[in-house]
Amino acid sequence: MIEVNHLTKRYRGGTAVDDLSFRVEPGRVTGFLGPNGAGKSTTIRMILGLDRPTAGSALVGGRRYAELKRPLTVVGALAEASDVHPGRRVRDHLLWLARSNGLGRQRVAAVLDETGLAGAAGKAARTLSLGMRQRLGIAAALLGDPGVLILDEPVNGLDPEGVIWIRNLAKRLAGEGRTVLVSSHLMSEMALTASHLVVIGRGRLLADLPTDEFVSAHSGANLEEAFMRLTSDSVEYRAGGSR
Amino acid sequence: MSALGAAAAAEWVKVRTVRSTAVMLAAFAVVGVGLGWVVAGSFAASEREQDPLAAGFFSLLLGQMLLITFAVQFVGSEFSTGTIRVSLAAVPSRGRFYAAKMIVTGLVVAAAAVVVEVATFVVAQSRLGADAARFGEWETIEALLGGWAHLTLLSLFAAGVAVMLRSMVVTLSVLLPVLFLSSQGLGNLDAIRPVAQYLPDQVGMVVMHLTVPGDPQFGRDYGPWEGIGILVLWTAASLLGGWVALRRRDA
Repeated sequence: MIEVNHLTKRYRGGTAVDDLSFRVEPGRVTGFLGPNGAGKSTTIRMILGLDRPTAGSALVGGRRYAELKRPLTVVGALAEASDVHPGRRVRDHLLWLARSNGLGRQRVAAVLDETGLAGAAGKAARTLSLGMRQRLGIAAALLGDPGVLILDEPVNGLDPEGVIWIRNLAKRLAGEGRTVLVSSHLMSEMALTASHLVVIGRGRLLADLPTDEFVSAHSGANLEEAFMRLTSDSVEYRAGGSR
Repeated sequence: MSALGAAAAAEWVKVRTVRSTAVMLAAFAVVGVGLGWVVAGSFAASEREQDPLAAGFFSLLLGQMLLITFAVQFVGSEFSTGTIRVSLAAVPSRGRFYAAKMIVTGLVVAAAAVVVEVATFVVAQSRLGADAARFGEWETIEALLGGWAHLTLLSLFAAGVAVMLRSMVVTLSVLLPVLFLSSQGLGNLDAIRPVAQYLPDQVGMVVMHLTVPGDPQFGRDYGPWEGIGILVLWTAASLLGGWVALRRRDA
């Protein structure tokens, strides 16, 4: 379970996350939705202890991330696909991560198999396609067999096959009783993947409801349009300059 | 395994799984030993009255830039590649991550420095024949120990700066000119020598017999171990600064 309590992040230039509170329950995929710049990534970085909240707190399994002794065994996070040293081999990237949390080589082999990367284990990260790099990120997230998974924009730039793979993986992990939070700016994708939605705009909570309710409330309407309407007041930059 | 041990084990995997480590350390060895052989040859031919110990260290003056580059590259690549976010998610205690990073950097640099320094020294002295420095003498041992401390501490100093500046390129473009110019030129100008002689690279030079107290041009106002003491202070300040910067900033 993830608990976000009155989380706030202010920068000198403005407020990225504004008194945000929600819970992410285990056993289902929760979609974390919002337009670009809504504060999704900042929220996730604060959950992971990478950014320091101005106020409020984020707890994973009842504890602050920074207090976790072996965090990879509690929370698996898909980082940005580029956050890998380009010259390091796939296997070695997973190996240093495993070592940092006292995990053995057998876990590296297991996640390589699980993500279909076993054949690419000896390749340098820079030679991987975006889809393969995304699989490497997933492999890193699964390394410690964690009960909580946080996937930030996992389908960005993926081909249809990759999108379906991520979608099924997220559902399977939730089906195993894990807590799964998937962020996206695409309503259509979340409608297919998530059974619960947390929608934010300009750092504030706009909606926290089951996907079914969102869909039935807008039955017949285009979901993407309904999402746009919900978040329209909170979009800072809109192409074309008109509504 | 302790949490710090696990973090250090991860850093050890990182340092040995990128090609740049082997490339930079090999380059350091080639410049140190190769140039040392050449320089000692010219010593042997023309300047036999010079301090034979200096012949054993002169090439390290250039070679140390490569060792420093290794340290800065290893630390700085965390920031340039974005690996820092993955690293801190895996090791959320920033003090532990920083300690592990600096311990591994320090150990690798110290190991490379002792091997290359001794090899350079042996090769250089072998060309001086009867004028070679004697190994058993305290002066020789002192110079070797001091040179080792100099190379290791200066690299750690640079690594701390790299964390403060969060960039490999910026760090190298600040440090290399300062270290290079000051040791080769600026430090010997009368006008700024009173200040420049206390720059971190300068102080180690004294113990390596590359600058001698009392020499009108290259002289410094302190002795070898005072110099190492000053370098220890520089390094401590840099490591402290790096730690404060890493602890306070968002990743």
